[in-house]
Amino acid sequence: MNSTLSAFVDELRATGVPVSMVEALDAANALQYTDLTDRENLRASLGATLVKNPRHYRTFDAVFDVFFTARAMPGGEDDVAPPDVDALRDALLDAILEGDMEAMRRLVGQAVSQFAGMQPGRPVGGRYYTYRVMRQLDADDLTLRLLAALAVIDADSGVEERIRRDRVESMIASLRQAVDEDVTSRLVDERGAEQVAATRRVPLLEDIDLMHATRLEIAEIERAVGPLARRLATRLSQRRRHGRRGRLDVRRTIRHSLGHGGVLIDPQFKPPKVTKPEIVVLCDVSGSMATFARFTLQLTYAISSELSKVRSFAFIDGLDEVTRFFGTDTDFGDALMNMSAEASLVRRDGHSDYGRSFEEFAEKFSEAITPRTTLIVTGDARNNYRPTGVDSFAEITRRARTTFWLNPESRSYWDTGDSVMSVYSPHCDRVEQVRSLRQLERFVELAAVPRSSAVPIPA
Amino acid sequence: MNESWNAPSDVGASLAEVGYLADARIAQVAFLADRLGKPVLAEGPAGVGKTSLALALAEATGRRLVRLQCYEGLDEAKALYEWDYHKQLLRLQADEGAEWNELEGDIFSESFLLTRPLLEAIRSEDPVVLLIDEVDRIELETEALLLEVLDSFQVTIPELGTVTASSTPMVVLTSNNTRELSEALKRRCLYLHVPYPTIERERAILAARVPDLPEVMGRRIAEAVASIRAIPTRKAPSVSESIDWARTLLALGIAELSDDAVSDTLHVLLKYQSDIEKVSKELSLPEATDAAS
Repeated sequence: MNSTLSAFVDELRATGVPVSMVEALDAANALQYTDLTDRENLRASLGATLVKNPRHYRTFDAVFDVFFTARAMPGGEDDVAPPDVDALRDALLDAILEGDMEAMRRLVGQAVSQFAGMQPGRPVGGRYYTYRVMRQLDADDLTLRLLAALAVIDADSGVEERIRRDRVESMIASLRQAVDEDVTSRLVDERGAEQVAATRRVPLLEDIDLMHATRLEIAEIERAVGPLARRLATRLSQRRRHGRRGRLDVRRTIRHSLGHGGVLIDPQFKPPKVTKPEIVVLCDVSGSMATFARFTLQLTYAISSELSKVRSFAFIDGLDEVTRFFGTDTDFGDALMNMSAEASLVRRDGHSDYGRSFEEFAEKFSEAITPRTTLIVTGDARNNYRPTGVDSFAEITRRARTTFWLNPESRSYWDTGDSVMSVYSPHCDRVEQVRSLRQLERFVELAAVPRSSAVPIPA
Repeated sequence: MNESWNAPSDVGASLAEVGYLADARIAQVAFLADRLGKPVLAEGPAGVGKTSLALALAEATGRRLVRLQCYEGLDEAKALYEWDYHKQLLRLQADEGAEWNELEGDIFSESFLLTRPLLEAIRSEDPVVLLIDEVDRIELETEALLLEVLDSFQVTIPELGTVTASSTPMVVLTSNNTRELSEALKRRCLYLHVPYPTIERERAILAARVPDLPEVMGRRIAEAVASIRAIPTRKAPSVSESIDWARTLLALGIAELSDDAVSDTLHVLLKYQSDIEKVSKELSLPEATDAAS
């Protein structure tokens, strides 16, 4: 068991989950009090000792499923003649409806033998095999038949309907998982857990490339952005309250000393005078930036519900204030839709025009920038070979306290083609490449720490 | 170590006796915490029963509960111990003219020490359950205060020496994940992520907490709440809110989860107007009657 455990820990580390020496030892100790024949019990023990971040469970589960596979059900493969597809699907449907997991696994085993078309020796992760089996079983048709089988009494009820759909969805998901487990255990039998795990490595959520994430991954990342913004807001306000002590408060010190017989034992300080941080966000929302813009806008939206002074502006080749769409009590999806419908962001052809947008900002909204403002610009600085409007940009940044530029493009592509990053970067305090949650997180930490020179000196 | 617990199922059973329905994972982690003598860090959304896990553990083991509620600005004097200045001053004034050497040892003795929760848990004669609630509310720097207690169950007081626990306390820390806790803290703990319960477990919780609820209704409520949680909202309904919902429906004498019934009582489950609107739209509910607004 210990060699399996250390291989397991190695694989976790290879995918990026930080597992310390002490934690690996804890896991080994925990195994003494774990029922090794019970897979979920083992999962609980290893999870509690090795993985300390809820976002890493996705990766942990993927690795765990490879190293400690659910055994394919023995029997049912040789003694029964391969049934035809329809009979198999009928039987599967019954098993799912009755919640008979064992029968389901057995049938899935048959389905995998028949339809996966596995070729021994190929170094694949097995996702394609799963896909093949699911296609043969025709998941869409199964969904329809399950929906029909679960017909409800009150067909008009929206709640009943939703419950029914969710139930069928989770049934299909558990079928897919059973197929995947079966395929995995066959692959592991053939090539060994370490090999299989290496070919189907799942990146950590924070390492997923935002520009190339799948729809599912985007949904997961979006869920993580909320807490991130809350953290940023908490950090900003904590620093405001506890960053430094103010001057000695003589009156309160003397008042307090009365309790100690006039001994000045407990000096009292005035709370420091601080200014609230003001945040202005300028966000490129053109086609090439669409995915990334969603994240920045969502982050802005989340911050604005925590801090009062946040103003956001969006631009393509025209610029408009969009703060009003992201109020505290609106839904983020609705806000995005209203924004694209109502704000005037396109003046000409709908291709990014940074120069024009900065000029427009300097003209119309320059009052938004005060010496207390933190300005965050997000965009790839791909200007379609148009005038850069760098003078306006310089003027804006000069008036702001701090300017950050977040560029979702890989650093090596900056200043290639129509990218004019280096024109703007001298005017920014920091230019960061942000293309994953981890980088966004690092930026948040960085932004939360005010530069020492920028901290206002108490009067 | 609790002698009567020989397997995680024993832990589950004794927790169930005091009304806490633990799933297999929670039971296993609590079992490990007991056997390995390590603190448990329970993290998850608000209202899924992290704090009540600690309360239930105390009740199930018959131990006293010592609770440290964390908040911004919590410091040593509030968490560990403090010298009783007033008493020390009085002592000094009462003894004017006495030798300094005598006095010094005297005023820094245990009778001038005000114990705070962490020291209290360590000094306690009988075994305790120590609950450090909402540990994510204290600043990163203050976390260091906890480390000595968490890994060796001792507190060092410069004037007195080191106080070590006579029996290993069972420690539960809870966090709502409003910030990342330090690696040092996490490393010392067993990590328990407490998500929203599964439909089956929520049904069981409802049955235990609202005994008058008909079983069919309990199942329906659990399913409906699970579906509503799947819709992205600002604040997903917690377990306590679904219990409130079940009680409301029961009190109103509603025996079937019809669209109108849900629409009229949705505000028990969701606390933001935008969430209520969104969920109503997703579930294609009729306009709420005026009772709701």
